[in-house]
Amino acid sequence: MSRFPARRSAATAAVLVLGLALSACGSRVDDAGGGATAESCVDTSGDSVKIGFLNSRSGTMAISENTVFNSLELAATQINAAGGVLGKQLEIVAEDGASEPTVFAEKADKLIRDDCVAAVFGGWTSSSRKAMLPVFESNDALLFYPVQYEGLESSENIFYTGATTNQQIIPALDYLKESGVTSLFLVGSDYVFPQTANKIIKAYAEANGIEVKGEEYAPLGHTDFATIVAKVRDAGAAAVFNTLNGDSNVAFFKEYKNLGLTAETMPVLSVSIAEEEVGGIGVDNIVGQPVAWNYYQTIASPANEKFVADFKAAYGAEKVTSDPMEAAYTSLYLWKGMVEKAGSFAVPDVQAAADGVSFEAPEGTVTVNGENHHIAKTALIGKIGADGLIYTEWSSDGPIEPDPYLKSYPWASGLAG
Amino acid sequence: MDVLVTQVFNGLSGGSILLLAALGLALTFGQMGVINMAHGEFIMAGAYTAFVMQQVLGAAGLSLLVSLPMAFLVGGLLGVLLEATLLRRMYHRPLDTLLVTWGVSLILQQLARDVFGTAGVDVPAPGWLSGPVEVLGFSFPRSRLFILALAIAAVVALSLALRLTPLGRRIRATVQNRQLAESSGISTRRTDVLTFFIGSGLAGVAGVVLTLMGSISSNLGTSYIVDAFLVVIVGGIGQIKGAVIAAFVLGTVQSWVEYSTTASIAKVILLALVVAFLQARPQGIFQVRTRSLA
Repeated sequence: MSRFPARRSAATAAVLVLGLALSACGSRVDDAGGGATAESCVDTSGDSVKIGFLNSRSGTMAISENTVFNSLELAATQINAAGGVLGKQLEIVAEDGASEPTVFAEKADKLIRDDCVAAVFGGWTSSSRKAMLPVFESNDALLFYPVQYEGLESSENIFYTGATTNQQIIPALDYLKESGVTSLFLVGSDYVFPQTANKIIKAYAEANGIEVKGEEYAPLGHTDFATIVAKVRDAGAAAVFNTLNGDSNVAFFKEYKNLGLTAETMPVLSVSIAEEEVGGIGVDNIVGQPVAWNYYQTIASPANEKFVADFKAAYGAEKVTSDPMEAAYTSLYLWKGMVEKAGSFAVPDVQAAADGVSFEAPEGTVTVNGENHHIAKTALIGKIGADGLIYTEWSSDGPIEPDPYLKSYPWASGLAG
Repeated sequence: MDVLVTQVFNGLSGGSILLLAALGLALTFGQMGVINMAHGEFIMAGAYTAFVMQQVLGAAGLSLLVSLPMAFLVGGLLGVLLEATLLRRMYHRPLDTLLVTWGVSLILQQLARDVFGTAGVDVPAPGWLSGPVEVLGFSFPRSRLFILALAIAAVVALSLALRLTPLGRRIRATVQNRQLAESSGISTRRTDVLTFFIGSGLAGVAGVVLTLMGSISSNLGTSYIVDAFLVVIVGGIGQIKGAVIAAFVLGTVQSWVEYSTTASIAKVILLALVVAFLQARPQGIFQVRTRSLA
């Protein structure tokens, strides 16, 4: 009696391990993206055209990416109601990236080759974008990526509608310098974006006479910030530059308040906290702290008021709008602009027409740079208000030309390599 | 001196959080041998209980105090439900239990997302628990002092209950020798259910406390479940005092290594130390001697 279950348990374990190994192999094979550059199979003969939305609808990133999906859906509904693109209605094919880079690559391949979509919109983490990049390049298809990222990338097949570093991090440093900050402490999550961002920050600081008093990284999902916040407090810098991601921000700001530190004594400038995240951190814990983005829900412009009102009407009055959502919304309209300028849905025509396409976005006027496929955006530093919304405190002089490799900044010459 | 006091305190505080997360598991995994991967989600349920209580009651101080017993009840009832519907059918089948409870944990996470939304929620701390307090020139966060006190109270209450009450005696008898306990007239079925109730209830209490420290979202449980298992295994299965010592040792090591290196390195060194320790002492710090032949 006692031997039988044991043997069965062992069998179960073996099956489990095998299953895991097989699924890992499976995604590897699909990852290569086929290789053969098939002729585009996009069907534009009918009165509709297919586009793909690829967001994580499940897994840890679903929290953020569901909101991006909603804004894409809103833009598609609006475009269809206004007559579509080149007279064709948009037909959405939605896929779930499941917070797994390998799934993103597989689903991108499916959208391009099986569903024959004209363009794909989505992705959030840099690892999901890096995984999809070869798929889009080998199939010569188009991806619109809506999130601020670490720069140092530019692909013919991707349009980056979020900020690159010279439209978010460098303006944030300009703002701190103008406010008289002479020393910084860097806190970030332990992965590619914070480490690249901090390299740029340290180069900027050296060139501008700002002292970096410390640099701390926490593993993603780190929950106990007692030691890190104690180090921040003891270092006595004038401000903290925060590139933490996700739930760690909550633990960090609760600990910050617990130790009696505030926005007045030592401000913490964050680049990954938007309207969505403020509620989870608790307004009390973060009120008055500065953040850097290109869009806030509170921007007063007819385009933004319409975006916010339409979004709330579609998804609920308690919903907030944030930078990546706006960048996703804008990306669909930019694609529409490119297609209409080209008079064609074909990828080479769209790429050729991209330069100079501009849109009156909720964040202000944005213009596509045809050379590096990023867009010119205005940088905004905001402060978190007691109502949980973010209010613009400082703005760059008009839209900043995207410079993903920081070629126009002499102090950054050593970074791109 | 400043650093010394701060880091000793941070170590104790980190240990007390680990201990609260692991205490319930020390009962269900340690005493009963059930690998319950959904233990983390019982912690999450406790945190959401605190959120709901605050929505209902408003006042932060009152709702926190009401949340503690309520979360114990919510966690406990979830545990009993799990035990009565699934686990009782698979005692002595640890691998099946592991898979089934992992599935339950995924279901509970999705349930939390459907009910409370995907974004995190916040439970503001009451005024008397926010900010630091000065003691002998050193400043300590009030919330961490509260957690430390609560952890000690929970351990004392649990050990007294195990030692002095009839239920405690029945639990210990069942752990030491199930057949003999049964033949002496103890209903081991009822003892199992009650043990599971208390263990899961303690997870709920841990959830309430964690709202003072970090985020409240559907993946709260997954952040703590690995550390909780670590504490119980290092402490020695079947021993509350082992878990107490293990939690404080792990908390202290983490805080000191983290202070002199980085948080990522500290995690690596901690795990390496645990692996090395278990090589030398696979049974953990303490071991229960039983007369059963199993």
